[in-house]
Amino acid sequence: MTDTLLETPLAALHRELGGRMVPFAGYAMPVQYTPGIMAEHVHCRTAAALFDVSHMGQAELVGEGAAAALEKLTPADVQGLKPGRQRYGLLLNETGGIIDDFMVANLGDRLFLVVNASRKHIDLPLIESVLPAGVTLRAMPDRALIALQGPGAVAAIAGLFPGIDALSFMGVWQGDGLVVSRSGYTGEDGVEISVPAEAAEALAKRLLALPGVMPAGLGARDSLRLEAGLCLYGNDIDETTSPVEANLVWSMGKRRRMAWDFPGAARIRDELDNGAKRLRVGIRPEGRQPARQHTEVHAGGAAVGEITSGGFGPSVNGPVAMGYVARGQAADGTPLELMVRGKALAANVAPLPFHPHRYAR
Amino acid sequence: MLKFSKDHEWVRVEGGIATVGITDHAQNALGDVVFVDLPEPGRVVSVGEACSVVESVKAASDVYAPVAGRVVESNAALVDNPATINQDPAGEGWFFKIELDGALPDDLMDADAYARFVESL
Repeated sequence: MTDTLLETPLAALHRELGGRMVPFAGYAMPVQYTPGIMAEHVHCRTAAALFDVSHMGQAELVGEGAAAALEKLTPADVQGLKPGRQRYGLLLNETGGIIDDFMVANLGDRLFLVVNASRKHIDLPLIESVLPAGVTLRAMPDRALIALQGPGAVAAIAGLFPGIDALSFMGVWQGDGLVVSRSGYTGEDGVEISVPAEAAEALAKRLLALPGVMPAGLGARDSLRLEAGLCLYGNDIDETTSPVEANLVWSMGKRRRMAWDFPGAARIRDELDNGAKRLRVGIRPEGRQPARQHTEVHAGGAAVGEITSGGFGPSVNGPVAMGYVARGQAADGTPLELMVRGKALAANVAPLPFHPHRYAR
Repeated sequence: MLKFSKDHEWVRVEGGIATVGITDHAQNALGDVVFVDLPEPGRVVSVGEACSVVESVKAASDVYAPVAGRVVESNAALVDNPATINQDPAGEGWFFKIELDGALPDDLMDADAYARFVESL
């Protein structure tokens, strides 16, 4: 297995930094460095953490009608996205299930896409298949992606690249071969930096040399995004879950919800009118024991759903989870039982995020 | 007498009582421990029986009884301070004590053999 794993352009740096490498979506990725998940998580919430997310898929969509072409697959408003802005969207199948979630940025002369590592082999051919003549998709395996996240992240990087600190949340900056968006997957302020592969290690080292910046692995990335209530593809959303069930209706454009001109519109419209059968909710187990993915959720003794992501939230200082429950059990405060190792663990439906977002406005 | 299991538990036997914990290698592999579920005193366990759960930020793991017998005490201090398992796995981070029933299993290792076992992983 190990010898078939792909490496990112930062592989040598991870080893140098003491990263503990694990397989993830076909790549050898650092799950943590020497300080450990807890310390890396807390450091991201209080200072700045650097994550290698180069396993994610990057691509450019170029040509007249690129935005309209992408809208054939997503209910996001891509055509209305202004130059220098980025937006979150969902690729949907014909039954309204989520093929992937992605970021799209308008770079003026082209669209820039970031998709999940585990789905890029599905997304890119799919996008290619709907393109009209004159619009082309270019995968960019020759670029790395580095996330710098935390309350100190933007001040730190702005010391190297003045102007980044002027971005608002989801704003995009280009310069020195970089594409920098003020966004992330931790709930904190910060940036994601697309950089040519050959320049990635030098950039990462420059960022790590800035005051307050420490490397963090996928373990902290997962606990941070879970506390922030953000979905992980394959856990919390997949080809069976709809945007309504997943509580991601906000990612659908208003114009799109007037025209209903996207895959799965019939199901989504029905769920918006009549209510979805199940909904993604936050779940707080009582006590200290985490409830993990695939834990069965009961209410009043009957099975009503399943945990899709669960663990320990270092900033919450307690167990946190997300999952799907029947619509009747989805209100905040609804008591639930989580079936952990044959025992019923008391829990409650809780508002998301578990830790408040602190994005730049 | 200090012995080690292939499941990365240590066993210290004194006067017919085996104190059990997880090794430094195990705590390091687990990462930050956030929760531990310990066996009730009085429970009779057989060799290899899952009788305790230790959870880190990332994952849950079973802890197995490396010897057969009756649980006589669990380390209640771990419930409020599970991080003790990371800080002092071979000392204050002990899990439970078992009153031995019969001989120790043959496949328990001494410190040198366990070090070689870990090296081979």
